[in-house]
Amino acid sequence: MPIHDQGYRRYSGGKAPRGYGWAVITRAGIRTLVAKRAFLGLLLLAWFPFFVRAVQIYAAANLPQAAFLAPTPSTFRDFLGQQDIFAFFITVYVGAGLIANDRRANALQIYLSKPLTRAEYVFGKLAILMTFLLLVTWVPAILLLIVQIAFAGNFTFFQNNAYLFPAITVFTFLDVTMVATAMLALSSLSKSSRYVGILYAAVIFFTQAVYGVLFAVTRSTSFSWVSFPANLTQVGDVIFRLPLKYSTPWPVSLLMILGLIAVSGLVLERRVRGVEVVA
Amino acid sequence: MTQTDSVVTLERVTVAYGKSVALRDVTASFSAGAVGLLGPNGAGKSTMIKSLLGFIVPERGRMRVLGLDVAVAPLEIRARVGYMPESDAHIPGMNAVSFVAYCGELAGLPRVDAMQRAHEVLFYVGLGEARYRNVETYSTGMKQRIKLAQALVHDPDLLFLDEPTNGMDPKGRDEMLELVRDLAHNKGVNLILSSHLLPDVEYTCDHVVVMDKGAIAAAGPIAALKQPRGRVYELRVKTRDGAVDAFVERLQSAGLDCHATDEDIMRVFVPGEGGARQLFALAAADNVQVRHLRPSVSTLEDVFATAVGEK
Repeated sequence: MPIHDQGYRRYSGGKAPRGYGWAVITRAGIRTLVAKRAFLGLLLLAWFPFFVRAVQIYAAANLPQAAFLAPTPSTFRDFLGQQDIFAFFITVYVGAGLIANDRRANALQIYLSKPLTRAEYVFGKLAILMTFLLLVTWVPAILLLIVQIAFAGNFTFFQNNAYLFPAITVFTFLDVTMVATAMLALSSLSKSSRYVGILYAAVIFFTQAVYGVLFAVTRSTSFSWVSFPANLTQVGDVIFRLPLKYSTPWPVSLLMILGLIAVSGLVLERRVRGVEVVA
Repeated sequence: MTQTDSVVTLERVTVAYGKSVALRDVTASFSAGAVGLLGPNGAGKSTMIKSLLGFIVPERGRMRVLGLDVAVAPLEIRARVGYMPESDAHIPGMNAVSFVAYCGELAGLPRVDAMQRAHEVLFYVGLGEARYRNVETYSTGMKQRIKLAQALVHDPDLLFLDEPTNGMDPKGRDEMLELVRDLAHNKGVNLILSSHLLPDVEYTCDHVVVMDKGAIAAAGPIAALKQPRGRVYELRVKTRDGAVDAFVERLQSAGLDCHATDEDIMRVFVPGEGGARQLFALAAADNVQVRHLRPSVSTLEDVFATAVGEK
């Protein structure tokens, strides 16, 4: 009996309304990543600083000798700064192959032959990376805030620093959006995830190195706008109402961040297509 | 939609890649059922399919698929069509059943239904035993089958198959053609089969659209196209000096289309109603003996050769 005689049935069931294709992509991407032990290890490692900070907050709240460890608004800003290194590795691990691997396997024409817009595809991929980045930045920072309230047994700190919740939220989302869109744009430029990872690291370290050289020459921090990490630091300090580290006006730093997001969007618009046309 | 309706229509469609024009003012209609899109490499077949899917925006013209305007409702169209691309294509890092189910979900199937149909279509295309293997470990033939499976999983009303037998061994090719034929003739799936292989189209399709250099060279039911306006004969002759060139020239000057197919057998197209009688008359006039004369059945190859001017 030929194998095809085992039958093909017409489908008479319902179909989901359009517009949720991105969620399918995100769900599948997350499922694939959490199945990898190495990645789970990286996630666990990224949560280590949270536990250290939680112990610090517990000690400050319960041991008079440790009162000097009491959290301040800058504790939360510092915590987010510490998470940058984990965010970097997660960005490279998760983001480098998001589009590059699809380009290598010609998967874009499969995706875009389904009832899925290019924007939905990009958003679905973006959401995978943003989910994991928020999982190691926004989620532990907010949990720390809750831990502080729980261990202190009152809302005093929270009420005195009510801006912390929106500050953490705005800063982490700005940070994560910039990092994720930039990585996704780089991922769309190549078919090799390894090359994309190196490229991303190069962009981050190169801009920081250029700023370092300019600072060494001019002894001025007014060129910090050339470094994306410095721009994030500058905007972060404004959001957390802390003294600024650089003399670059913070709106310039913000413009650089928004500019990078816009350029990344343009790159994605050009590169994510069902057919690659070389005219 | 009745069987006689067109599932795809193109009206004066022009597509260009920079200065290179891939489709020139193409007007065509694809009827329901199985339609072959035939043409040599570079004729514009894949460009036409990609334009119909909305991957490429034409410079001019209008296209409709399943009654929907491609420029207005590309997502509605893609929800109802399946596309099997020409080149290797898969979602990296997935096994076959996850890949096909994922494609089903992307097409809007609920998760449980998508998984159930993924198993079904993988058995249907002959990958049932290999469905838990990573797609990246598949052979070329298996990759062709999984591309068909992902195109079928959401039960499309229309399938675009772009060179489905590319790279397959003879047995695999026959099985793929059987599947395509079964889909079109027994399962009620409309399909457009793009190929440069005449036997594939002739075996699976009822209608054909022949393309050449970005334009439509011929179109219609294969049976009708194979009906010549005149008759084709296989002819072997013996001349006094053994050379047939002069007789061939004589036939051509009499308005008969004549070309050699083998060492001493030629195919002669006799237009109009003259038929064999005209051939015998010309042979007698030139003192040429007719050693073999047999009416020949016109093939799709003849149609193709005539359409693209390869006489």
